[in-house]
This record gives sequence, structure tokens and C-alpha cells, in this order.
Amino acid sequence: MGAAAIIPPLSSRRRRTDRAARGLLAVGTLLAVIPLVLVLYYLIEKGAGAISWHFFSSDPTGSFLGDPGGIRSALLGTIEMVALVTAVAVPVGTGVALYLVEYGRGSRFAGVVRYFVDVMTGVPSIVFGLFVYITLVIGFGGSGYAGWKGSVALGLLMLPVVIRSSEVVLLLVPDSLREAALALGAPRWRIVARIVLPSALPGLITGSLLAVARAAGETAPLLFTSAVVFGTTFSLNGRMNSLPIQIFNDVGQAQDRLVERAWGSALTLVALVLLLTLIARLFARRSRFS
Amino acid sequence: MNPELDTTTADTAPAPGRFERTAERGEATAPAATGAKRVQLKGLHAYYGDEHAVKGVDLDFEPGKVTAMIGPSGCGKSTLVRCINRMHEEIVGARAEGEVLLDDLDVYASEVDVVAVRRVIGMVFQKPNPFPTMSIFDNVAAGLRLTGARGSSLTERVERSLRGAGLWEEVKDRLRSPGIGLSGGQQQRLCIARTIAVEPEVILMDEPCSALDPVATLKIEELISELKLRYTIVIVTHNMQQAARVADKTAFMLSGEMVEFGPTNTIFTKPDDPRTEQYVTGKFG
Repeated sequence: MGAAAIIPPLSSRRRRTDRAARGLLAVGTLLAVIPLVLVLYYLIEKGAGAISWHFFSSDPTGSFLGDPGGIRSALLGTIEMVALVTAVAVPVGTGVALYLVEYGRGSRFAGVVRYFVDVMTGVPSIVFGLFVYITLVIGFGGSGYAGWKGSVALGLLMLPVVIRSSEVVLLLVPDSLREAALALGAPRWRIVARIVLPSALPGLITGSLLAVARAAGETAPLLFTSAVVFGTTFSLNGRMNSLPIQIFNDVGQAQDRLVERAWGSALTLVALVLLLTLIARLFARRSRFS
Repeated sequence: MNPELDTTTADTAPAPGRFERTAERGEATAPAATGAKRVQLKGLHAYYGDEHAVKGVDLDFEPGKVTAMIGPSGCGKSTLVRCINRMHEEIVGARAEGEVLLDDLDVYASEVDVVAVRRVIGMVFQKPNPFPTMSIFDNVAAGLRLTGARGSSLTERVERSLRGAGLWEEVKDRLRSPGIGLSGGQQQRLCIARTIAVEPEVILMDEPCSALDPVATLKIEELISELKLRYTIVIVTHNMQQAARVADKTAFMLSGEMVEFGPTNTIFTKPDDPRTEQYVTGKFG
């Protein structure tokens, strides 16, 4: 008996189905990529012209005629506010994730926390902005807009993202390592500090950077908390400019030069986020478990 | 480290030869080698939630001897061994009842520090689990560092432990390279080195060779025969030839109960219980 009798040739129907399915998937992928490419194309097309040394080194002037100025205050404002929120939300978020994974397994409290974190992840960003507006901006004596209040709103947005991503990464650390350390007679905190955190570090950094990138591009939480366009304050206690707010304001103006500045700001913002994502990818590549 | 756990008792009798298995009930006078400690289980029960995994087992692990735990999958032998160093209770919903005596100290007594128990009763796991972020050297030193021990003799103790685990000659030139770069058998010996670096009295081995090839298995078995001079060793194994090769005594477990316990020879050649005979002759399991 020949081998052809045992293993029949591929039927033409199977071949056709296979080709059709592959084709559909390829078309879907292309469709998904098109808007992405278009966004990048328009950003560069419209925004590159605005980029110059002057663009980064001068503040928006706000004058109707003459030089509209650059985006220095917006860029620095974004960096400052995001740095502040990172310094607070990343350690706190990682801490919560450590609690959930290392200490709270199977406990009811941890389950409740996890549920609320999930809910918070789904809350629209403008709600956080409104919340901070009501409590910190007009509430408690109404002390007005400030950069740090923008950071608080961004933090509320970022915290659940950091918690969730850190939790996933910590769960990837194999239990066999925790067991090995426990069986050596190591106390829990040393296992966390010496085994779990070093093993999970690349993933923790990746997750945090992605959360930072997300926060850097948010507009809504800043609208009611820190927004000002023409200021040159670099103090987190004062009103502060930021890239998303700058774009939001400029793009609605009647002057072409301002609209061009909006495109330039958008390009800058995307470049910033892209940079963070690239760094995150570098760390992800070093990750040992995934 | 923990004074409670260091109360050596009657184990100071002059050490007789290595093979006093012939002295039928020689437990009272049989401290084989150094200060290795006797482990006794009295009415040990273990549960996973409502599941009763170990049902009232009494056992006596002699110092300086290797005791093998055999039985079909799910019979509770691994659970029983994990109760000895209180690793069982790390699983959510798991608990144990009864006594585990280390010489005369009940490791389940309320005043006992569970972390200190695990320093005295070391454990080697089924799958080699070196710490992936650490070098060979750091893996062995990890036990010392993780338990807060410090001192200038770290290098020396690492070398001694690696020699003790029969790994020194193979790795002495690359102590700084990662532990996970070693072969499976070497990784398992690295884990044994890590365990003995803490200088325990008892070593529990939960199927230490089941992930290894025959050559690596043989090396571990030779190592066990050397280690038993200094430690009380309990080994869980699926491999009955392995039990026959390395163990002085063997316990056969079935559905959470201990069916038979005796000298390995007896268990494999003329067991009392028909179920033991059926199992060791391959009729089930």
C-alpha cells in the first residue's frame, strides 16, 4: 500500500478555506494599521513645520498679533506634573500590588480592593478631573487651579493602571521561587525584597512607564484642575500649562499660526509618549518571565 | 539562630557504625552520625479545605538515615512531607493537626517561630528552582543572606556547600554566571547546595529526581547516600527502584493513610500488608 493511500493529498476545499481565512485576517490587520499610519503622517506633515529651537525655548505669549510663542511652558508643565504623579503613584501602586499578590491571597479584603481597582480602571478620565475640581479646586475654601491638583487627577487615573499591571507582573514570578525561599527559612519581607522584586523588576518598570505614557497624554483631568495656556509658571503650586491643554486650546483658534502650534505640540507629545514606550519595550525585553 | 530549636537532648551517645539497621528496634540508641535530629510524627492530619489529605499518620524518621515515602499519586506523601517543615500551611486553605516532633520539640507548638523551623528543616523540591536573577554563587549564598546571617566566611561556606553537593568541581570557574544556565541535574544539586548552606538538621526531598535524566538521578542518589551521614533525610519518590537504592527505611502510603513502615528490604521483599505487596510488585499505582 502506497503512502498516498494513508496520507491523502490536501483537498482543494481545505486549501481554499485556508487561503480565504488568511486573506481576511490580513485585510483586518491592514485596516487596523491604516488610521495609525494616517495619524502619524498628518502629525509629521502638519507639525514638523512648527518645530524649531524657538518653538521649544519660548513660552506662549497670548498676544493676538505678532509672535504667538512656543511651547516651553507646556512641555515643562507636562514633564513636571507627570514626574510628580509618577513619584507618588508608581510606589503606591506597586505597593498595593505587592499586598494583593504577596499578603492578600485569598483574603476578602484583597478581593474587595481588586474589585474597586477594576472599577477605577473603567472610570472616564474626565470624572477624575471633575472630582478633583469639586474637592480641591472649588472645595475646601476654593484655592483655585494648581499644577499639583492636575497631578492628583492624573494620579487617580494612573493608580489603578499601575496596580493592575504590577499585579499581573508579580503573579508571573513563579511560586516555586517563593517556596524555595520560604523553605530556606526566609521571612516574607526578605523574600519580597530579594527574590520577588528583582525577578519582576523589568516588568514592573514596563508597566509603570506605559501608565506614565498614558497619563502624559490625558487632557480631561487637567482641564478643570491646572489649566492655563499663557502662563509661564514652573511652580506646581500655581496654574500650569501642559501639552494636551495647549493642543486643546490652540486647535480651536482662528489663527493658522496657533493651529500650527497645536500640531507641533501634538507631534512633541506623541514623540514623548513614543520615547517612553520604547524605553518600556527595552525593559520588557529584559524580562525573564512572559 | 533559635535557641528553642537547638535543644539537643539524648543524642549525645557515642556514634555507632553507619549500618545499625539490624538492631531491630534500635531507635532509642541509634543516633547515627553527628547532631542530626530525629523527626517523629504523632497523629498527623493534613487538610486542603475540606479535603482530608493525610489521615492520622505516626512515623519516626531516624537521624542519619534515609527514609523513603512511596505510594501512588495523590496518596498524601508529598503533603505529609510538607507538613514537617510547615510548608503545607502556606497554601491557602490548608492546615495541619497533630504533632511533628523535632527531637522533643513540637514544631507546631504555638511559641515556635515557623521561619526558624524551616531553617532547621531544609527542603529540596521536585523541579529545580534556582533563583533566576542570581549567579551560582549568589544562589548558594541566598539561603544565608535571606535568613539574615552574615559574616566574612560567606565565600568559604559557599564553597563548602557546593563541595557537599558534589558540584564544586563543575562550577568553580564560573561562580559568577547565572544559576539557570546550568543543566537540570546541576541545577538540582545547586538547590541542594543552597539547602545545606543554611546547615539544617533535616533535609526533606520531594521527588528530587523526577525532572532529571538517569545519569543526573544517579548523581543525586550518590549525593543522598553521602548526605545521610550528617542529616536526617526524608525522600518522597515515585520511583520504587530509587527507594530501594537509597532508603534505609520505607513507608508506604495509600489514600492519606500509612499502610506499612519498615526497613526498605522488608517492604520490597516480604511486606506484611497485601496492599504494599501489590503496589511494590506493580499491580496498581
